[in-house]
Amino acid sequence: MTLKEIEATVKQFLVEELEIEEGKITLEARLKEDMGIDSLDLVDIVVIVDKIFGIRIKAEDMKGIVTLNDFCNYIAEHQNQ
Amino acid sequence: MNNRVVITGAGIWSCIGNDLETVRQSLYNGKSGVGLSPERIEYGYRSGLSGVVEQPVITKQMVDRHTRVGMPEQTQYAYMAACQAFNQAGADVDYLSKNECGCIFGSDSSAKPVIEIHKTMEAEHDTAMLGYGMVFQSMNSTITMNLSTIFHLRGVNFTVSAACASGSHSIGLGYMMIQQGQQEMILCGGAQETNQYSMLSFDAIGAFSVRMDQPQKASRPFDRDRDGLVPSGGAAALVLESYDHAVKRGANILAEVVGYGFSGNGAEISKPCDHGCELAMSRALQNACLTPNDIDYINAHATSTPQGDMYEAIAIDRLFGGSKAWISSTKSMTGHECWMAGASEIVYSLIMMKNNFVAPNINFENPDEYSQKLKIATQTIETQVDTIISNSFGFGGTNSALVIKKIAK
Repeated sequence: MTLKEIEATVKQFLVEELEIEEGKITLEARLKEDMGIDSLDLVDIVVIVDKIFGIRIKAEDMKGIVTLNDFCNYIAEHQNQ
Repeated sequence: MNNRVVITGAGIWSCIGNDLETVRQSLYNGKSGVGLSPERIEYGYRSGLSGVVEQPVITKQMVDRHTRVGMPEQTQYAYMAACQAFNQAGADVDYLSKNECGCIFGSDSSAKPVIEIHKTMEAEHDTAMLGYGMVFQSMNSTITMNLSTIFHLRGVNFTVSAACASGSHSIGLGYMMIQQGQQEMILCGGAQETNQYSMLSFDAIGAFSVRMDQPQKASRPFDRDRDGLVPSGGAAALVLESYDHAVKRGANILAEVVGYGFSGNGAEISKPCDHGCELAMSRALQNACLTPNDIDYINAHATSTPQGDMYEAIAIDRLFGGSKAWISSTKSMTGHECWMAGASEIVYSLIMMKNNFVAPNINFENPDEYSQKLKIATQTIETQVDTIISNSFGFGGTNSALVIKKIAK
């Protein structure tokens, strides 16, 4: 997937599965502070990302991910590993 | 302190209807909710018979995602029943946010989430792949932990596991707590999952009817030709509160809980016992300060198993023989709603009390030597029903009986 495709896919699951308001989802938005994603949501995000992208996010990696942009870049970097 | 305890709200989600009016019609018309599930046969069941329960649709407008992902099937049923019960009781979100209400439900399994967890672990070998909701789905107290969260209930909060008497004991315990002044209002009930994983081990011991060519004839409590129970499920919820509390807030009182009796057989794990059944019923009557002849209707536990119905018939005959009470097992229509049954059968009895009829024990075509002594309603009986006793008995010899009485206006 290209970065654009990853961004579109991530936005889609954030709306459909995490039920986050579409208006809150921008690349610059911070996952916790701006989009309201909490530690429980992250548990499910790990499962969703594994199903869609085949990437198993490590808990320690999540600490460095602040914005949605960081998150999409992480997926882009790891998708073919 | 010995408070009077009344019921001010009732809710039901069952194979004979998902609201009180539809259930009234089914009970009155002797309509069965039993069907055949080919998936069960394919999966390896001996019997594919089951109560056919509609799956609720719970949207994000009703329950937030964090809670919803932790709600297995039986909790969803319980939520739907609880909404109805609180609505009828006039206890809305605003009321519950300002007033303490407890929550006691009967439930004795959460098979599907447990099996799904195992399947995921076998495939992934990584607990991170289980997601957030499974812990709240798989615990036995899933119903009370979820309902208490959703409705912001701040009173007593636990689940009763007592096999097929779970729902009945939940009401009995709620009744005792309100009677003793420890709580003013408690949501009580029972819920039962119906997914194909939930009833495997019951099928394994040959507990189910195999009359699969006639699904709606399969559940035939007390009938000579019964060959086992039909598993079923859903949820029932009841709002119990003290009489003074109900009057003070102007609630409509549906009936009064006047007696609760219980016993343990102390015998074989799967074999019922007439003495245990009789002791629970007689204690409930004693607790209610009533005699057998005060009872208008006996909602029997009778599940359509050869042994269970026989022992209950012996116990009923010994205690109620010659009395005026009509007897029926609503399981003839619903199948055996297991953990939910003790609560749903109070809802069914309330409907009969309100509408002045006794629901029929359908499929009772020929008595056996024990049931021939009982005054079983084979057809709908139009009669005043003021006082009822409802029996629930479970594996391990847990017995419960509740006495409910119409309240004088």
